[in-house]
Amino acid sequence: MTTTTTDLKRITIEPVTRVEGHGKVSLLLDRQNKVRQARFHIVEFRGFERFAQGRPYWEMPVLVQRLCGICPVSHHLAAAKAIDMLVGVDADKLTPTGEKMRRLMHYGQFYQSHALHFFHLASPDLLFGFDADPQVRNVLGVAAKFPDLAVQAVLMRRYGQEVILRTAGKKIHGTGAIPGGINKNLSIQERDELKKDAPKMLEWAVAGLELCKKFTREHLSDLADFGSFPSNHLSIVRKDGALDLYDGNLRAIDSEGKKIFDQVAPKDYLSVIREEVRPWSYMKFPFIKDLGPEKGWYRVGPLARLNTCDFIDTPVAEKERQEFKALTQGKPNNITMAYHWARLIELVHAIEKIQLLLDDPDLQGTNLVAKGTFRGEGVGIVEAPRGTLFHHYKADKNDQITMANLIVSTTNNNEPMNAAVRKVAEQFFDGREVTEGLLNRIEVAIRAYDPCLSCATHAMGQMPLIVEALDEAGTVVSRAVKG
Amino acid sequence: MAKPKVATASLAGCFGCHMSILDIDDRILKLAELVEFHKSPINDIKKFSERCLVGIIEGGCCNEENVHVLQDFRKNCDLLISLGDCATMGGLPAMRNHVPLEECLAEAYLHGPTVHNPAKQIPNDPEIPLILDKVYPLHEVVKIDLHLPGCPPPADAIWEVLVALLNNKPIDLKYGLLRYD
Ligand code: SF4
Repeated sequence: MTTTTTDLKRITIEPVTRVEGHGKVSLLLDRQNKVRQARFHIVEFRGFERFAQGRPYWEMPVLVQRLCGICPVSHHLAAAKAIDMLVGVDADKLTPTGEKMRRLMHYGQFYQSHALHFFHLASPDLLFGFDADPQVRNVLGVAAKFPDLAVQAVLMRRYGQEVILRTAGKKIHGTGAIPGGINKNLSIQERDELKKDAPKMLEWAVAGLELCKKFTREHLSDLADFGSFPSNHLSIVRKDGALDLYDGNLRAIDSEGKKIFDQVAPKDYLSVIREEVRPWSYMKFPFIKDLGPEKGWYRVGPLARLNTCDFIDTPVAEKERQEFKALTQGKPNNITMAYHWARLIELVHAIEKIQLLLDDPDLQGTNLVAKGTFRGEGVGIVEAPRGTLFHHYKADKNDQITMANLIVSTTNNNEPMNAAVRKVAEQFFDGREVTEGLLNRIEVAIRAYDPCLSCATHAMGQMPLIVEALDEAGTVVSRAVKG
Repeated sequence: MAKPKVATASLAGCFGCHMSILDIDDRILKLAELVEFHKSPINDIKKFSERCLVGIIEGGCCNEENVHVLQDFRKNCDLLISLGDCATMGGLPAMRNHVPLEECLAEAYLHGPTVHNPAKQIPNDPEIPLILDKVYPLHEVVKIDLHLPGCPPPADAIWEVLVALLNNKPIDLKYGLLRYD
């Protein structure tokens, strides 16, 4: 795909594979063949905000997860939390069984999603190198060369899915969370089945983390600067500053760790967040309102969460967090490739939390739903595997939705992914030839964010990868086709 | 003998159907022994270079690119499977079919409470594909050989269909594996 603007050349790469969704990269070069602009375009559009209008509010938690089958539980729960507020049930008014069943579902989701990303999608790059043959650099290549690891990966993902099945009723697009609570508890039999494999799952999570740490440390000199840049970071944290993936208030820090704001309640998100529209992407560009679009963009997801939180409330993950922080002398970590490391610390945290919850008798409680007085508006925020997820709904007295606004995790990382692409293009493009290595490196940088373009655009798809460099007259000077 | 090839794609879907393929769990390793995965979002193969026995597609068509990919699959695969409700009926994305497209775009890019858009522009760069007026199920665009319902179809159903196809046996799904949710 090419258009030539006067004096500029345009190069495009599509699609970005092994990220969950549909994206495309274009590089615009000036006369000296220097990268003047690098853009990561999102090419699909759904229109959920409009067609949700008129639907009954209680449909939202089941409807909205159909935007994304990679982490449907996150949408399910963010919508459920927003609808809780809409029907007058504040987060602290849920019954213990209601809240804990939802948390268990959420940690199950983190476990399967982080395991999927690391083992199925990212590990081929780490195990085979960025320049390896695409025929082997994929999960089946991993299976052929490291069969034990592949079996582990499959079983880890399955475990997370089993947790979801027993809390949401279905592995993908479940129905567990309902306005004000949950529709089932955990039977003793289900609990015991899940408990059986939990220690093994913790052991494997820690082993995966060790693998990733080793890789990062060995390649630190190359990775530290790879697609990296200073940025703000945002997530929710618990009232005491602990990492909390299910509930909390918003906190944002700058690249040096200074707080931009802290403990902003979900219902007040409009006072701190805006999204810029740019004509070349269907994905909007969120920013911190007071800082403006230029300076206010921020990162979300595992890296951001480890930067914003003060501590982790489970022992193994906390020890790992301290080691992670030591790498940057306690300052925020701005290394793009450190996302993988941070993600695996969360994988460990998720299974530690699952273990704690399985020992909690509240999961066998029978008081499942809390009641409140209809308010007609609600905001729900959770930390999804890929970052902070905002859902905001209004409903009228007929129970019909009148307004829906979603800011999904990957959208928050829109500007950072663009920054990473720009950085890598500057670092690895020689101005003449689009090499397989360059393409791969751009993809590797994007993949570090684990972008789920599916929910970001509320869509996905894929296309062959074709890259063309054009000169000023629009003639192709270099072309690379992948696949 | 060369292994039969399978290609997959996600068009206007949520990837949940692909996740359901992964939910066949350890059988995926067995499947990898029986077939070779060609073009698919889980690997880096981005273009058809060989003929495939089966093409599995989730999601309907919501933009021109979806249509091109689908036509490309039809050209390169002996058998096309519509996987899941989005592919067979349009699914959730097709909920926009009763609303004019302009209203959907306006809500997302002009009216939303967090929107910052002083120039009032709606994305329309040549780099991003044109959106179709409506979302279309796959069989309205090309010929589809098999429809597997469900949102997503259960992993066991996907497994049974593939095994039957690979062994040249008739497909006989148990009642519980056909679901319409
Ligand atoms: S049928 Fe369901 S699971 Fe499959 S792509 Fe559509 S919404 Fe996702």
